[in-house]
Amino acid sequence: MSMSGIEPMSGRRRARSRKAFVAALQFLVVVATTYLGLLAVTFFIGRVIPIDPVLAVLGDRAPNHVVERTREAMGLNLPLYQQFFIYCRQAFTGDFGTSVLTTNPVMADIRRVFPATMELATLGTLIGAFIGVPLGVLAAVKRGSIADQVVRVIGLVGYSVPIFWLALLALLVFYARLQWVAYPGRIDIVYEYSFTPATGFYLLDSAWQGQWDVFRDVFRHIILPASLLGYFSLAYISRMTRSFMLNELQQEYIVAARAKGLSEARIIWTHALRNAAVPLVTVIALSYAGLLEGSVLTETVFAWPGLGLYITNSLQNADMNAVLGGTIIIGSVFIAINLLSDLLYRTLDPRTRAR
Amino acid sequence: MSALLTVEDLRVRFPTRTGVVEAVRGVSFTLGRERLGIVGESGSGKSQTGRAIMGLTPPHAEVTAKRLAFEGIDLLSASPKLRRDLRGKRIAMILQDPKYSLNPVMSIGRQIVETLRRHEKVGRAEARERALDMLSAVQIRDASRVFDLYPHEVSGGMGQRAMIAMMLVAGPELLIADEPTSALDVTVQLEVLAILDKLVAERGMGLIFVSHDLRLVSSFCDRVLVMYAGRIVEEIAASELGNAKHPYTRGLLNCMPVIGADRHPLPVLDRKPEWAL
Repeated sequence: MSMSGIEPMSGRRRARSRKAFVAALQFLVVVATTYLGLLAVTFFIGRVIPIDPVLAVLGDRAPNHVVERTREAMGLNLPLYQQFFIYCRQAFTGDFGTSVLTTNPVMADIRRVFPATMELATLGTLIGAFIGVPLGVLAAVKRGSIADQVVRVIGLVGYSVPIFWLALLALLVFYARLQWVAYPGRIDIVYEYSFTPATGFYLLDSAWQGQWDVFRDVFRHIILPASLLGYFSLAYISRMTRSFMLNELQQEYIVAARAKGLSEARIIWTHALRNAAVPLVTVIALSYAGLLEGSVLTETVFAWPGLGLYITNSLQNADMNAVLGGTIIIGSVFIAINLLSDLLYRTLDPRTRAR
Repeated sequence: MSALLTVEDLRVRFPTRTGVVEAVRGVSFTLGRERLGIVGESGSGKSQTGRAIMGLTPPHAEVTAKRLAFEGIDLLSASPKLRRDLRGKRIAMILQDPKYSLNPVMSIGRQIVETLRRHEKVGRAEARERALDMLSAVQIRDASRVFDLYPHEVSGGMGQRAMIAMMLVAGPELLIADEPTSALDVTVQLEVLAILDKLVAERGMGLIFVSHDLRLVSSFCDRVLVMYAGRIVEEIAASELGNAKHPYTRGLLNCMPVIGADRHPLPVLDRKPEWAL
């Protein structure tokens, strides 16, 4: 344009907005391809495993003509590519069919169980990150000291102890003996029917509605399983933080920061940790995504009506609609978290920003 | 007394599993507002000498000296806080490679402002103003653009100028330049040196120029210390370098290529164990 010669700034701005547009387009393509891959994999797993969905619905005593009719009604005699197409359409509209086990639409079930898992996982990750990162930093700064050893032992125990064992032990101590926390489950029976959650995140819902007695009760239920999940992610996060921090503290820019006369606190928390935070974001995001799958063992021990328990139950009953629906939700969560961590990564590290 | 820095019998030891390694073994010199070059091969202790003066030796190292004083302040008995206050404000150091010595996730401007605001009570706007002035002083033309750039977005020469700006912005009296141009292209080296030369002269700073490049040091400094195995083997005025007496210095000089001269076999640097005694 002839304008650009007179106003170089507007030309540059236009180029930048074009770049942003291209970046957004790339982003969409990446998401779409990943999603298509996810759908393809789940679809073919669903077809390959030796479970006959018709049999699962009807039981093995149905007469042949009923079986045939149901098979047709479920679209199972269409060509595979058409089935896949229908499957994709269903996935995009969030319609995964009906669960054989609960007789609800799968999406309705997931809407009920996923917030339970997400609330637990979020609290667990917050605990893990807010304790794990400072512990890791401490261990790295005081490398070789008693504090470092303690942090490493905490991490080692977190890595090696089976979670169900620790969960049972924690229940024994904090619920049965000390009575600090509530019994397994999400909420007390007293509130179960009087409390109507809006989003399914009980802590938020009860606080939003100003029902502080419910909030207290929900908190007493969630704190133990969340602390346990938090402990396990803490073990991982503190270990990774330690190693990232050790790496950063050896860099030359740390020497330069000291040469500027900065305080140790500023060097550690502003200079080193800001650099260590870049890979750390990915670590925390992945551990969060891992918890969002729902941890079957924890949910079993704490009778937590979450996604992990739901999918396991469905799998044991050959309830394929529910299993595939759950798998796609988990896959979507993974994609979303990955994108989010990519985005965070970009804001934290100027080197990855396209200019 | 006019001496800016007095170093007497400086020793830096590193205890290791296999015994104590002595990197600096009794270095003594005094420095006024002049340019002192320290040359030597890798591991000769020249960098550790600079870092010991800064107080930046690794925590497990032992630093001792009969006297290590900056403007009458005994550095070894000074509190950590006092030493931090001195660093960046009165004694500054330029590191070798701007690729590693600038914080990659902080903009250049913020890193310069950080030094200033650590040592002086200045407002945001004034700090920015002075950082921009400093960037102009190291001959960066569009200072306000460079201010917002990140270290990976500038060239090596530009990065080293930013480093100089960051270290000189608080107006130090003594500057330790630890191989400041070794990581740069030869053409850029001269530019950066010219800037450093000008600033040191204008501000009347004392300079310790640590390098392995004998020719660079002799053209840039007033006086040269030649170090070998943690000791000073020769101290000589830069202009007298051609008349150096110590065989190690002669050996170093001998290794410098002469354009047009056909030298076969190439000279090999001689290292005699008795020089290290």
